[in-house]
Amino acid sequence: MSDATHAHDAVHRDDFGARLGMWLFLVTEIVLFGGLFIAYAYMRATYPAEFHHAGAELNATLGVTNTVVLLTSSLTVVLSLVAIQRGDKVKTMAFLSTTLVLGVTFLVIKSFEWATKFHHGLYPNAPHLATLPHGEQVFFGLYFTMTGLHGLHVIAGLSVLAYMLVKVAREEIRQDQYVLLENGGLYWHLVDVIWIFLLPLFYLAA
Amino acid sequence: MSTHATTGQPSYLVDTGARKGLVAWLLSTDHKRIGLLYLGSMVFFFFVAVALGFVMRLVQLTSFEHLITAQTYNALFTLHGVIMVFLFVVPGLPAVFGNFFLPILIGAKDVAFPRLNLASWYFYMAGAAIVVIALFTGGGAPDTGWTFYVPFSLRTGTNVGLAVFGAFILGFSSMLTGINFITTIHRMRAPGMGWFRMPLFCWAVYSTAWIQILATPILAITLVLVILERAFGIGIFDPAKGGDPLLYEHLFWIYSHPAVYIMILPAMGAITEIIPTFAKRTIFGYKAIAFSSVAIAGVGSLVWAHHMFTSGLSQFAVMTFSLLTMIVAVPSAIKVFNWVSTLYKGSIDFQPPLLFALTFIFLFCIGGLTGVMLGALAVNVHVHDTYFVVGHFHYVMFGGTGFAFFAALLYWFPKMFGKMYSKKAIYASWFPLFIGFNMLYFTMLVLGVMGMPRRYFHHLPQFNTGHEIATVGSWFLVLGLLMFFGTLVHALFKGEKAEDNPWGGVTLEWTIPSPPPQENFEEIPTITTGPYHFPQESQG
Amino acid sequence: MSEPAITASAHADAHGIEHPGYGTFVKVWLALVVLTGLLVLMSHFGQSYAVWGLLILTPIKASLVFYFFMHLRYEGPLLKTIVLVSLGTLLIFFALLFSDVAFR
Repeated sequence: MSDATHAHDAVHRDDFGARLGMWLFLVTEIVLFGGLFIAYAYMRATYPAEFHHAGAELNATLGVTNTVVLLTSSLTVVLSLVAIQRGDKVKTMAFLSTTLVLGVTFLVIKSFEWATKFHHGLYPNAPHLATLPHGEQVFFGLYFTMTGLHGLHVIAGLSVLAYMLVKVAREEIRQDQYVLLENGGLYWHLVDVIWIFLLPLFYLAA
Repeated sequence: MSTHATTGQPSYLVDTGARKGLVAWLLSTDHKRIGLLYLGSMVFFFFVAVALGFVMRLVQLTSFEHLITAQTYNALFTLHGVIMVFLFVVPGLPAVFGNFFLPILIGAKDVAFPRLNLASWYFYMAGAAIVVIALFTGGGAPDTGWTFYVPFSLRTGTNVGLAVFGAFILGFSSMLTGINFITTIHRMRAPGMGWFRMPLFCWAVYSTAWIQILATPILAITLVLVILERAFGIGIFDPAKGGDPLLYEHLFWIYSHPAVYIMILPAMGAITEIIPTFAKRTIFGYKAIAFSSVAIAGVGSLVWAHHMFTSGLSQFAVMTFSLLTMIVAVPSAIKVFNWVSTLYKGSIDFQPPLLFALTFIFLFCIGGLTGVMLGALAVNVHVHDTYFVVGHFHYVMFGGTGFAFFAALLYWFPKMFGKMYSKKAIYASWFPLFIGFNMLYFTMLVLGVMGMPRRYFHHLPQFNTGHEIATVGSWFLVLGLLMFFGTLVHALFKGEKAEDNPWGGVTLEWTIPSPPPQENFEEIPTITTGPYHFPQESQG
Repeated sequence: MSEPAITASAHADAHGIEHPGYGTFVKVWLALVVLTGLLVLMSHFGQSYAVWGLLILTPIKASLVFYFFMHLRYEGPLLKTIVLVSLGTLLIFFALLFSDVAFR
């Protein structure tokens, strides 16, 4: 590297190794959600009619809106990476902030959705839910587990990206040293990919 | 080759930084110190679980059956299993010897992510602490067996939730270690250290690491579902709400069968290091062993449902999994044949590590072959949930992984601590270990075929003799363990100084001082030959 | 797999030469939004169309994110292999599980 004179650059630095480690971590996340998708497939094969009926209870408009919100937030993360590669600190921060706003928007919409379901007595251990057929109870169990775990990942991703924003502001992430931002972005995209699968499984094709 | 390498660096056992003593160890990111942190904590947990097993054997003697209640017995076998599986056998070889020797064997100064490596140890300790706390809080010690099968684990009033959370945290430790090792092997090999010049222990650790990251997350999510089910009643596993306990069994074994290969692969790797050193020959069939590690990891991930043959699977699934189970025996057998072929016409130097390695091969063969028996449908149905199964997996996990752990410890002890143990005392400990082991577990195989079910507190009078033999065997076994570890602890404090290369090994760890210097190598070596290149051999 | 052991700086440099611009990603984003619309449209034609949409369009969307947003397109064979291995493993888990579920 040209500027190996920087004190901290004198330490051996392996950007590809860092990305490799991140991808391996993403593999564990993929398999983690994969386990839930396996559970979904198993239960759907057991209760096809009930899943169809329960799926109609969900608000597809909110689901699709949230998909577009999350896709756009993914775009702004990757654009912030382009900006940092071009050394444009202001644009990097602007794109990252947009992502944070969109991520919070996603969570707000999601919480309205959950609140409606709670209001209708459609949550685990609810007296009303217990009167519904078995397959529908399982559907809502899976719905809350999978969207809930995904929501936790959104919160984690937002925290990571907020931390990145601070690092960019302090110029600890900059044009010649941005693998952290790359890795943070990778995590956010994975959260997006998981939602891409959740949308049709619960809102559209159920 | 010089026997005493010289170096300017101090040994890793000496504190040179600002921190001293215990703090310097607890905050160290040196892979060697982290390896020893794991070793210390694991030997401790191992003896706790041995003590639990000892009591379980004792109450099977008729005169001692009122020593504890049936509920305590349930807690004992649960804890014995949880501690042995999650705290000793699964992390055992990769976390201790993988950490200590993987970087040295590939000519690196440390693992790829040293701080993450230390964090993994803290995850391990946190998980262990949570499991221990679960014993004394809530509704008391879990009584489900280490498999946490639903629906009982949902209904029991004991503290299953917290224990399961502890196992979940331990999973993190395992995954992060796997990520670290894969990255290390891809990125940190010394110049000239091609894939096929790596010692075979590295191949074994590499394959293990892949199972760790591909299977452990399934266990994590399964345990999360159990916790959510107990806390909120999400209904996925609960038959009263439409859930299916069979789904739990599938998900649990998708992890837990590959976990058996997480346990045995690094053990096989360690044996593969020991055999060439004491046969003074290059390993027979390097690539066959390397690829059989990968094959075991691959095929071993596809056999999980052989734990469920009597649970009501479809006949098609039962046949598929039975076939796949038999196939795993092929790469396992390839390894055994290659070890034996390496010994053939070697100049064998009989030393304690080789004795334990050979014992491993013998016991592992019994464990493996009884495994093939269990893979066969008709036999499986007959001996399902009997002592035959208990005997089988103790031959694999204790006779296999446990004895390989002992062999690896004997092999690398002089390198790790710079001290040599009394070989006579180790030989003396082998006799009670070997005799006690076979008295205990072979009797279990016989009892199982006779129909003794596992996990029963009381047994019928016709099993009395068998249980008596097994219990006496357990006394010999514990005696042997105390002699073995007593010898090593004695060597730690009073042992003679070890040479740099006491066994005449040729892999990289024997080219550096004992104990190794802080950064392992004076300068990173350049590799020009395969790993088991014995100069004596090429002349013959 | 034949990548040399120590090529840290070489990799970092190769990575730094040609970075895709803003336009590429905006186009990918447009494609993702259009595919989402198509998915919604198909679900209005009934259950079986919705399932086919799920099985075909969703993997395409995920691939676009993996390939462009997550930069797999610009990475060497190792990372691509890792992703394929993990997805392949999951697929085999699914297949073996359904050897039970589908034949009960």
